[in-house]
Amino acid sequence: MRYRIVLRRRFKTGAFFEGILPVISIFAALLFSGGALLLFGVSPLAAYRAMFRGALGSGYGLSEVIVKAIPLVISGVAVALAFRMKVWNIGAEGQIYLGALASAAAVRFLPSDSRVVMLLTMTVAAIIAGGAWGYVAGFLKSRWNVNEVITTLMLNYVGIHLADYFIYGPWRDPSSLGFPMTPPFPPSARLPLFFGTRVHLGILAAVLLVLLFRLVIRWTRWGFEIRAIGDNPRAAEYAGISYGRNVVLLMFISGAIAGLAGMTEIAGLQGRLQPGFSPGYGYTAIIVAWLARLNPWGIMMVSFFMGVLLVGGDTIQVINPLRHPRRDTYREIRGTEPGA
Amino acid sequence: MKKLVLGLVCLMMVVGVSVAFAFQPVAEKDLKIGFVYVGPVGDGGWTYMHELGRVDMEKAFPGVESFFVESVPEGPDSVRVMETFIRNGARLIFATSFGYMDFVQEVASKNPEVIFMHCSGYKTADNVGNYFGRMYQARYLSGLVAGKMSKKNVIGFVAANPIPEVIRGINAFTLGARKSNPDVKVKVVWLFSWFDPAREKEATLALIDAGADVIAMHADSGAAPQTAEEAGVYVVGYNNDMSHYAPTMHLTAPIWNWGMVYKHIVGQVIEGTWQSSDIWWGLKEEFVGLAPISDAVPTETVALVEAEKAKIIGGSWDVFHGPVKNQKGEVVVKSGEKMTDGEMLGMNWFVEGVEGDIPK
Repeated sequence: MRYRIVLRRRFKTGAFFEGILPVISIFAALLFSGGALLLFGVSPLAAYRAMFRGALGSGYGLSEVIVKAIPLVISGVAVALAFRMKVWNIGAEGQIYLGALASAAAVRFLPSDSRVVMLLTMTVAAIIAGGAWGYVAGFLKSRWNVNEVITTLMLNYVGIHLADYFIYGPWRDPSSLGFPMTPPFPPSARLPLFFGTRVHLGILAAVLLVLLFRLVIRWTRWGFEIRAIGDNPRAAEYAGISYGRNVVLLMFISGAIAGLAGMTEIAGLQGRLQPGFSPGYGYTAIIVAWLARLNPWGIMMVSFFMGVLLVGGDTIQVINPLRHPRRDTYREIRGTEPGA
Repeated sequence: MKKLVLGLVCLMMVVGVSVAFAFQPVAEKDLKIGFVYVGPVGDGGWTYMHELGRVDMEKAFPGVESFFVESVPEGPDSVRVMETFIRNGARLIFATSFGYMDFVQEVASKNPEVIFMHCSGYKTADNVGNYFGRMYQARYLSGLVAGKMSKKNVIGFVAANPIPEVIRGINAFTLGARKSNPDVKVKVVWLFSWFDPAREKEATLALIDAGADVIAMHADSGAAPQTAEEAGVYVVGYNNDMSHYAPTMHLTAPIWNWGMVYKHIVGQVIEGTWQSSDIWWGLKEEFVGLAPISDAVPTETVALVEAEKAKIIGGSWDVFHGPVKNQKGEVVVKSGEKMTDGEMLGMNWFVEGVEGDIPK
């Protein structure tokens, strides 16, 4: 019996492939990294065991995985929404910063002792600011067909530097001896934490957004328009679906959701605004969205998996097998003996 | 107001020290230590030097087990890293960058039996102390060399983040440079990052374009010396002897000796004599120093460096003794007066001769 490999273009990928592809890619990645570990003389199995045990072997590890997954789910939904319409919002990172900046502004200028009022004000501020950041790119796209990859990407830097301006400048905590950070938020501006862990109310926002994403895309007229444009913008235009109006709205909402991730991150974990508070969630969100094939449940699962990688990665570094070969290697590379 | 706040902070430090309670001695073999690193251990600068210090400490205490996590962001992630250390048995944690300060406090309050030492911060607790070095003293000495070697009277300074530690270093360096060359100016470019070799390189090139014929730096990698070497411009390194990055153009470098402070602290913890305190050692304790000075530097400058060093070690004079003027030429520290440690720790203005702004 002879086998032939046939390459054929499909219009729709089967459900089975949709599900299995991310799993295959993740396994391939683990396999390749395993090869790299072998080159360092480390057993990949031992390393991966340490990683998964560190992340999933205790209630604490699990809670930290969830803490990492929250901003990834939220910003993952933000970019996946845009990607469904084939609008490439690469700007979630900047939108996250704008959301955080605006919620810090709310704490500063509209303080309230009522937790409900304070958190609502911060949420609204974050949504508007993140949305506005997305809106700029959406508007440029709809009016002059400016490539949104470029604008959103560049607005990331603007957003980060804007936040830096306030942190280093007018909002700097006067009692911080000149170090760049805003004053700590009052207790009313902190999200409630659950079960004595760092899992915060942001988890609710993450779950709700995933449900909402599913609902909107699948069951609403706007969701249909998004999908129609995503599949074929010209056909959608002929069917009377306005690209310009939709791209502006979509970018606003995508930015608003990312902005919310910025708010939950500083109100939930940090309690003040510091430079570099996001370790690139907005970029990781892009990976999350694509690994999940833009599927809402997939976004949840992939974010959780990313959390496992990040949390488990610490454990790999702490637990022995990797450490010693690594140290010797870099000493060889550097050609220096310690203490010399 | 600012003075008042500073005073309060100092008072809090003192109170923190006086109520500290003693920890029980720990057998060497029971002591596990975690190091939180802000960059990769192969950065060739800041984190690399901490790593050498850690290894040096392990050699002195062979029973001790220590581990590290590298490239830890100065944010909520650091909490998880420290908790992971504790869950793996750590009883002593070194957090080696300023941005970990609040997170150290957070983890320390939940783990009162674990000792924390935070590098370059100012908050203490019963189980949290600080350690840092008077790098400004070594910076001043390196400034003496740089000032002498500048022919165009323009020195470029590649500077990481506009925080007091870096500002203090630039000021000390400038005071040194203008001591050996009163006409010299120091141009500052901010990176807004500790470790970003690409930007460190760009900043170096920009400063050379702006006329600098000596480059000095406060950043974590060796990118600036490498770039200066390629451009044929003299360079003063930082963290460690960076002459391997710039074999012909490297003049000297203010350097750290973390091993000695790590050995000191670990020894205290083992003996049970550790108490929360702020360690701020300098040239005298050999916590900071100067890398070998290049042969290109005239012997009388080397002699000047030695003389100034002796003055600082002897305690008769220190870098920020008056008169010190600010950028506008106004006297900030009068002749016969000196800046207190608290004032130096919060330094947020440039001395005369610095060209650049501190973001406000």
